[in-house]
Amino acid sequence: MTIDPSRTRQSAELKQPVPLLGARFDPSGKFVYAGGQDNAIIRWDIATGKKTALVGHASWVRAIAFSAKHQLAISGDYHGKLLFWPLNAAESKPLKSIDAHDGWLRACAVSVDQATLVTCGNDGLVKLWSLPDGKPLKSLPGHGCHVYNVAFRRDGLLASADLKGVVKLWDIAKGAVVRECDAKVLYKYDEGFRADIGGVRGMAFNPNGQWLACAGITEVSNAFAGVGKPLVMLFDATTGKLKHALKPKEAFQGTAWGVAIHPAGHVIATGGGNGGALWFWSLEMGENTFTLKLPVNARDLDMSADGTRLAIPFADGALRVYEMSAKTSPSWWQVQPAGK
Amino acid sequence: MHPFYACSSPEHALSRRAFLGAGAASLGAMALAGPLAAGELKKQQKRVLLVWLSGGVSQLETWDPKPGTDTGGPFRAIPTSATGTHICELLPHTAKQMHRIAVIRGVNTAEDDHGKGAVIMHTGRRTEPGLDYPHLGSVMSKMLAPIDCPLPGYVSITPKGDGGFGKTDSAFLGPKFASVVLGDGKAPANLIRPESLTEAADAKRNDIRRMLDKNFAAGRKTAETEAYAESYEQAAQLVKQTQVFDISKEPPAQRDRYGTHDFGRHCLLARRLLEHGVTFVKVTHSNYDTHHENFDFHIEQLGEFDRTFATLLDDLAQRGMLDSTLVVVASEFGRTPRINRNYGRDHWSKAWSVALAGCGIKGGVVHGKTNANGTAVTDGQVNGGHLFHTYLRAMKLNPEKNHYHQGRPIPMGDPKAEAIKEVLA
Repeated sequence: MTIDPSRTRQSAELKQPVPLLGARFDPSGKFVYAGGQDNAIIRWDIATGKKTALVGHASWVRAIAFSAKHQLAISGDYHGKLLFWPLNAAESKPLKSIDAHDGWLRACAVSVDQATLVTCGNDGLVKLWSLPDGKPLKSLPGHGCHVYNVAFRRDGLLASADLKGVVKLWDIAKGAVVRECDAKVLYKYDEGFRADIGGVRGMAFNPNGQWLACAGITEVSNAFAGVGKPLVMLFDATTGKLKHALKPKEAFQGTAWGVAIHPAGHVIATGGGNGGALWFWSLEMGENTFTLKLPVNARDLDMSADGTRLAIPFADGALRVYEMSAKTSPSWWQVQPAGK
Repeated sequence: MHPFYACSSPEHALSRRAFLGAGAASLGAMALAGPLAAGELKKQQKRVLLVWLSGGVSQLETWDPKPGTDTGGPFRAIPTSATGTHICELLPHTAKQMHRIAVIRGVNTAEDDHGKGAVIMHTGRRTEPGLDYPHLGSVMSKMLAPIDCPLPGYVSITPKGDGGFGKTDSAFLGPKFASVVLGDGKAPANLIRPESLTEAADAKRNDIRRMLDKNFAAGRKTAETEAYAESYEQAAQLVKQTQVFDISKEPPAQRDRYGTHDFGRHCLLARRLLEHGVTFVKVTHSNYDTHHENFDFHIEQLGEFDRTFATLLDDLAQRGMLDSTLVVVASEFGRTPRINRNYGRDHWSKAWSVALAGCGIKGGVVHGKTNANGTAVTDGQVNGGHLFHTYLRAMKLNPEKNHYHQGRPIPMGDPKAEAIKEVLA
């Protein structure tokens, strides 16, 4: 499908009283789930705005994934706990609880065949779990620092990325790394503040799996004030080579927190720092084709399965949905009086 | 701030004699040191360790967690070895030492500026025009340092830099009590006599320097001239003690226990300095000024602090030194309960925490209380003056006694404050 980035517009604003951290569309695209700083996950019916709170975590949730086949919503929190929920059910009690990681569980993803769940966290591990039973399958060490993100390619290749910008592509059957991508430009040890800053904050494959985008912050001059520039590193996942280092055209101070690759050839990212922004780049040319200023710091990004909408959670507690096209006028037959 | 050398105050006489390496101080001078006499101090020398968490550590991620509230952040509170006391999960090793630690949760210093906050926490007073007060380290050095200790009374270990001489720390007490700064824990640069210079030639050179200093200083002494001369004397003393600064003398297993990162090395050095008679050691851990990504940064910084600090505290206890060593963990302020849009916490001095242990301190105690989400003190509010009084009282020193500056008596502790009796043993 095609989109028109320059016509991107907000189509819904769904409010919570607390800042949000992460968000995902459910497989139907009818609902959006978001984790907030009150430890709850909110499920919104986008059309009606009706919200349901999924209460069960005792810490913040940024990791959310789904399995339509098994009718599961899956969430992971900063205490390292995984919860399985019935997908879009009226009752919102967790079906299963797993102590998955020691420390923060930062991201999770479900394989395309929906047989495997992957999680990662501050214990430096990538872990594989079987679905729907949640049994541990395999633990993949090797990052040696906090692992920030995971994503499955449609053929089962797994990408994991860490604080230091190391991206590993795994053959999960063998439990072996098949290649690495170098996103170390998204990391810095700030000598002044004597602390690590950066990491792969957002990561996504494009639908056919050729491209892998990693989002974060670069050129940090002051870690503790977050003074740096957002950057998306676009890799050819088949070779591990960098295709583009995508930067916003206009000056922006902050982090690219979420990224998606649209099948029509757009790389899309959101950022937060001195305000919020939504950027579009041409995948082929690497040119920043359009930027939409957002009302406040954006903290994540998800693209609907049909590629028409974006869900963005914000620091002001709003989940805003954006349509990447012009508002469609009612067709002539919809406005004709009956009988004519 | 220049010391006034025409002053004939007894403590100045003490400092000069100590500086010149003379014999026992006068009885009048010792009376200022409180009830402990010099002989007793020698037997059981009292020391202070200040762990300075530079930039302002978050009280919510350390001593006063508020999980499940709008300000609490993502971390849980964990039980500790002090029954009923919970601290943040980022301090699991320290949690096992809490029976030795007193937490003061009601600190309100009402100063959100780094520099001014640091002044309050080091001197027990707010910045005043026209008068600088001496830092705690200088006061302790003056009051407690044995006169025959070959090492400086006040050593400050900083995370980086070349080191040197913190001559402003001691204010009107004079440079004798200023800090010797060890940048990155290294002995001051150029401390070691070059091989090309023989010991005899060096001694002769120093004799000439002393003679010239003496002639120059006659009738025109200032803090600068004395600081200049004192830096040579301290350097000469340090040269004889270079092995103290060398943590490679420690067994590898011991170095591993402390951690191989900078803070681990610096805390191991601090223990060696305390063992060798340095009265006041300050170790700075940098940095906690987390306006952005407060939680990620506290995981990293406190990950270094926790195991190292717990090891050091336990080591002091195992070596029989904790009873005579006051340990203070402080910052220039805490951090805002409110989490900002960049996952950061900003400066917050209205309701934060300080931790104490060791000499004169009742372990396993919590004094003061903040409200449910940590935005205000609800019980036991104290300020920097109260803390300063408490440090002195813990060392059996009387904060109501005076320093003398230009003949003018200046109370050691802020007269408007008093010690926090609830945490004193």
